[in-house]
Amino acid sequence: MTETHTSGSPSRRTLIGWGGAGLALGAAVASGAVAMTEAGNDVDPAAAETGGAVEFHGAHQAGIATPVQDRLHFAAFDVKTDDRAAFVQLLKDWTAAARRMTAGQAVGEGAYGGLAEAPPDDTGEALGLKPSRLTLTIGFGLSLFEKFGLADKRPEALVDLPRFPGDNLDRTRTGGDLCIQACADDPQVAVHAIRNLARIGFGEVAIRWSQLGFGKTSSTTPDAQTPRNLMGFKDGTRNIAGTETDRLDKFVWVGDGDAGANSAWMTGGSYLVARRIRMNIETWDRTSLQEQEDVFGRDKGEGAPVGKAKEHDEPFLKAMKPDAHVRLAHPDSNNGITILRRGYSFTDGTDGLGRLDAGLFFLAYQRDVRKGFIPLQRQLSAKDALNEYIQHVGSAVFAVPPGVRDKDDWWGRTLMSEEA
Amino acid sequence: MRAVRLTVTAAATVAALTALSACTAKSDAKDGDAIQVTAADSTCETSAKSVPAGQVTLKIENKGSKATEVEILFPDDRIVSEKENIGPGTKYTLTAEVKAGSYEIACVPGMKGHGVRQKLTVTGGSAAAKRDPQLDKAVADYREYAQEQADATLPLVETFVKAIKDGDLEAAKKAYAPSRLGWERTEPVAESFGDIDPKVDVREDGLEDGQKWTGWHRLEKSLWQEKKIGAEEKTLADQLLTDLKDWQGRVGKAEITPTSMANGAKELLDEVATGKVTGEEDRYSHTDLVDFKGNVEGAQKAYELLKPVASKNDSALTTELDKQFGALDTLLDKYRSDKNSYEFVSYDKVTEDQRKELSDAVNALAEPLSKLAAAVVTK
Repeated sequence: MTETHTSGSPSRRTLIGWGGAGLALGAAVASGAVAMTEAGNDVDPAAAETGGAVEFHGAHQAGIATPVQDRLHFAAFDVKTDDRAAFVQLLKDWTAAARRMTAGQAVGEGAYGGLAEAPPDDTGEALGLKPSRLTLTIGFGLSLFEKFGLADKRPEALVDLPRFPGDNLDRTRTGGDLCIQACADDPQVAVHAIRNLARIGFGEVAIRWSQLGFGKTSSTTPDAQTPRNLMGFKDGTRNIAGTETDRLDKFVWVGDGDAGANSAWMTGGSYLVARRIRMNIETWDRTSLQEQEDVFGRDKGEGAPVGKAKEHDEPFLKAMKPDAHVRLAHPDSNNGITILRRGYSFTDGTDGLGRLDAGLFFLAYQRDVRKGFIPLQRQLSAKDALNEYIQHVGSAVFAVPPGVRDKDDWWGRTLMSEEA
Repeated sequence: MRAVRLTVTAAATVAALTALSACTAKSDAKDGDAIQVTAADSTCETSAKSVPAGQVTLKIENKGSKATEVEILFPDDRIVSEKENIGPGTKYTLTAEVKAGSYEIACVPGMKGHGVRQKLTVTGGSAAAKRDPQLDKAVADYREYAQEQADATLPLVETFVKAIKDGDLEAAKKAYAPSRLGWERTEPVAESFGDIDPKVDVREDGLEDGQKWTGWHRLEKSLWQEKKIGAEEKTLADQLLTDLKDWQGRVGKAEITPTSMANGAKELLDEVATGKVTGEEDRYSHTDLVDFKGNVEGAQKAYELLKPVASKNDSALTTELDKQFGALDTLLDKYRSDKNSYEFVSYDKVTEDQRKELSDAVNALAEPLSKLAAAVVTK
């Protein structure tokens, strides 16, 4: 693991000094400073405080094992073009923009200083902000494989989710040919990234739905304080840590020998399940402390499992109620199934009845959806006591390709490149 | 109903024109000498081809059999000054303050069309700025298009107004959308005048404090929502016609530049994106797709005229624009049974999914269209 240092990293602030004409210089500075942090292997706790950059290149895409940032803007896209070459060009253009934005640089020729008659390449709202550990992670949905003759490249592990009991999926918040997950410690940096990528994509793709998230609900840094979800409970205590390379290889990254030739391009990638889980906040808040703790199987203050004193004490599952959330979700109750959770709380204001439109935007990475989220959710949707207070209202699954190796590589090359 | 952007570029045009001159040319008319203009049915004779900058006087005589119009024009056909309706056998003296540069004098017998032209060089000032004749032609052709649209719109508005004055609700509803097409195609030109648009095309939610609601949408509400035509509506119909005649008479004077044409095209798509796709524009009649089509056609016209220059500077852009205009046209055609007709599906019958699809297609076109202005000015 290398050190993240902001002193040498090119911030947007630096770029203002260079002005429009100096962007080439900015880029040179960037390439000189990319010994920053290795994607997926970046656990420098100082980085968050200093607003540093996370390395965009690597064997795996950043934004999965990377220590979870504070904010999220997640966007699902529909592909509008049937021109394969145009789609490939978009992936290359997106990669170039993502490379710049994650390094804290403006898109294209910047946000000002260009031709007065033309709209600027960059929309400008991230000028002067730090890189803020922005990561941009792309995924390919099931429906993409019905286009561009990609049917025979659809990995076996990329399957549609079955309908789970209690699902009430909103079509306009479900599915998508592509997704981009933008995570950053500054919400404006994350929103800027999605906005600019969407703009570059007009004509080839269109946003299908998007979700803002705040208050990470899972941590991939076990030493840090475990965050709380909107129900007030610590969540993700037993999550896979970014440093646990053995568990990452076992449960998260697609391996060399994983099922079938269709999946070869996915080696080093992962599968992402996104679920918009609405919480019945008002009824939950009227629930007694005892019941709340019974529902989770942990105490509210410390987060300790039932009958234990400390959060990280090994839970004794049989001491919990049979329908307690922690008990049902625990690997020991699921033949060892483990997923990497990276969800965020969301609040989209209130609904027409004045109820908080809030909940958990659940994001989970796994090596195989069939051996990860599906069996786990079968169990939870059937038995979890929490179901009385939640409803799954949005859903999507994506194949997240391996990382962009270097400056000549691009998002999805292993899938789209003819020679790959 | 939006900020008037065409006038912003107008200042730049005037500045450019001020710099125009032909300092080597000798004036063959002295300061204060009038130019004799003899207009006939197919000729236009002028006594001088160049004059010094300053006050220029035309002594016009119409020797033809039809009423004529005489104009002094900038190279892009914008009118410096004009006199309309000079009857057969009558004389008129036209004076105008003219800066150095190249101009034309036009006699327009019958007051329709391009007219018969004579060159006029106005001398003085500093070195001449270079003009791109291709762009001048694009602007001149666009102005002609805008004028044609206005000329063709007036009879359609008269039909609409007559139906209202006859108290014929059904006929008025039928005439509503067609009466708007020419306006929608050239809206940025009309909006550049500033004062006409708020009178004829304002929506109820766009009214300012104390502003009386007049124009198409006020009548639309009466026809579709209140389903009645009263004395007030008849007065408003007359007012609409008067205001649109004002528009028709002023199109020639609009300050149009290649940049304002390109931005105008983009603004037409902005109109679609913010008003038509949402169904806000024609919320009572649901004829939004007719306006939608008009906006797109107007944008396409401006684009096609600028394309010879734009494709030299940025051929990738014009390829993309051709593709996206084509895609949007194809999509819009799904909403009418006859490609030669402007009868579109009522917008309240267009589903949310279809609106999203239309919106995506508009974004796909508007994003590259926003780069057209730069492709026209880039050398």
